[in-house]
Amino acid sequence: MRPVEPLFSLRGIGFGYPGGKRIFESLDFDLRPGERVAIVGGNGAGKTTLLHLLVGLRKPAAGRLSAFGRERCREADFREVRARAGLLFQDADDQLFCPTVLEDVAFGPLNLGKSREEARHIALKTLATLGLHGFGERITHKLSGGEKRMVTLAAVLAMQPDALLLDEPTNGLDTAAHDRLVEHLDSLPQAMLLVSHDGRLVERLAERVVLLQDGRLHEAHAHLHPHRHGHTHLHIHPLSAAGDHGSTTHDLLDEPLEVGRPG
Amino acid sequence: MSGLATADCRGAGGSPTPGLVQGIEPRIRIVMAAAFAIVAVTLQSLPLLALTISLAATLAVLARLPAGPTLRRILGLDAFMVPILLFLPFTVPGAPIAAVGPFAISAEGIHQAVQIVLTANAVVLAVLALVGTIEPATLGHALLGLGVPETLARMLLLTVRYIAVLREEFDRLRLAMRARAFRPAGDTHTWKSYGYLFGMLLVRSFERAERILDAMKCRGFAGHWFPAEVPPPAARDWAFAGILAAALLAIGGCAAAGLVAG
Repeated sequence: MRPVEPLFSLRGIGFGYPGGKRIFESLDFDLRPGERVAIVGGNGAGKTTLLHLLVGLRKPAAGRLSAFGRERCREADFREVRARAGLLFQDADDQLFCPTVLEDVAFGPLNLGKSREEARHIALKTLATLGLHGFGERITHKLSGGEKRMVTLAAVLAMQPDALLLDEPTNGLDTAAHDRLVEHLDSLPQAMLLVSHDGRLVERLAERVVLLQDGRLHEAHAHLHPHRHGHTHLHIHPLSAAGDHGSTTHDLLDEPLEVGRPG
Repeated sequence: MSGLATADCRGAGGSPTPGLVQGIEPRIRIVMAAAFAIVAVTLQSLPLLALTISLAATLAVLARLPAGPTLRRILGLDAFMVPILLFLPFTVPGAPIAAVGPFAISAEGIHQAVQIVLTANAVVLAVLALVGTIEPATLGHALLGLGVPETLARMLLLTVRYIAVLREEFDRLRLAMRARAFRPAGDTHTWKSYGYLFGMLLVRSFERAERILDAMKCRGFAGHWFPAEVPPPAARDWAFAGILAAALLAIGGCAAAGLVAG
């Protein structure tokens, strides 16, 4: 742990939806610069809600929330937070609301007060860094799932945030799109807070894992568990290529092939 | 729903051979379509209306509108007007020229029916040629450029973006119903199920709208839009507008001077 001031600091946060049970009871959390933290927890534990609280889309009922060195309470306080912490939404369709990719990626920079020319330049540059050359004029709703995900990442990165809040970023991606996204995320310098059920993603990116349970966060110990026991793997290949291959010996953590995981 | 979706597909795929009209600046086309409609609805004289419809047909040819789909759209409108047209000859007071049983048919009624048919078809054809050929997203920006209230134009743009998403959601729900052996019939079960279907679609759309707004806020949206960048009309756009305006003025002038009798 570095003795630097945290980007986000939550103390004693309480939150509940109107008419529902309380989701958070006195929740404490810190995200430090450059740190990559994964939040894990069951369905409905409030992982997405926590991300929304951080950028002020929901307001806590109790507790103190500091972001980027200042305490934040009102809507106006969070404008700056949202510019400095890019939230990647679970459903890319929620995020891409402009007809064309270029307009969408330029939307953030324009809101940050960049001129039209600058915004366009930033958008094109960001798209290019993510390997999305020539995507500018594409129609957003006709992109594939993987392309939509990469464009939303571009839209968030175009605002040059200090931190990334990722809500199930690999949801619904096929293996190729998954690997491409994870590769890019891993190369980014920003602090990251990621919510995911994707073990491979957590293993690759997170240096700290916290468990959200019963309205509180618990530091968790995520480790690679060396196994040596007989187990079966799902292998999928075309019928024509189903040659004779016997059982192989897996010594240490050989990740099981994931096919068609339920979203 | 499907109408917009297909229009959008065409916009993205590019119509096979864009005509002269497609090269004209969208704002000019919208303004000229409005001018055309205003002139057409003020005309009383049938010969002048026939002239107007031929002007609209010329525009359709210049836009290279596909004959089949265009005709189908126009017939759709005409079918909608049939009941009114059938009643007009009987209901408009005037000189009786024939009778069906106890009901007299008036000359004025027939004149009015023909006038409505010609006016409506002329306007629809002109709008299809001038405005219908603008890609929906471009149309939204053009309306913004014309000073149409921001909210309306943005609603159009968001509709263009999300209609396919809503459609997918609707299809998914309907498929889920069919997967559980739902077959539409005329009974209460059917109507109740459809009620749930549309209710659910509405709730989901509402929630999605909230999430979209959240996502926009996250990218610094604070209620202020940035105007779209629209280059000013070029010389050929003005020339097109000039020629069309001259034709419309000539027709309107004839009507005002009473040169061509109805």
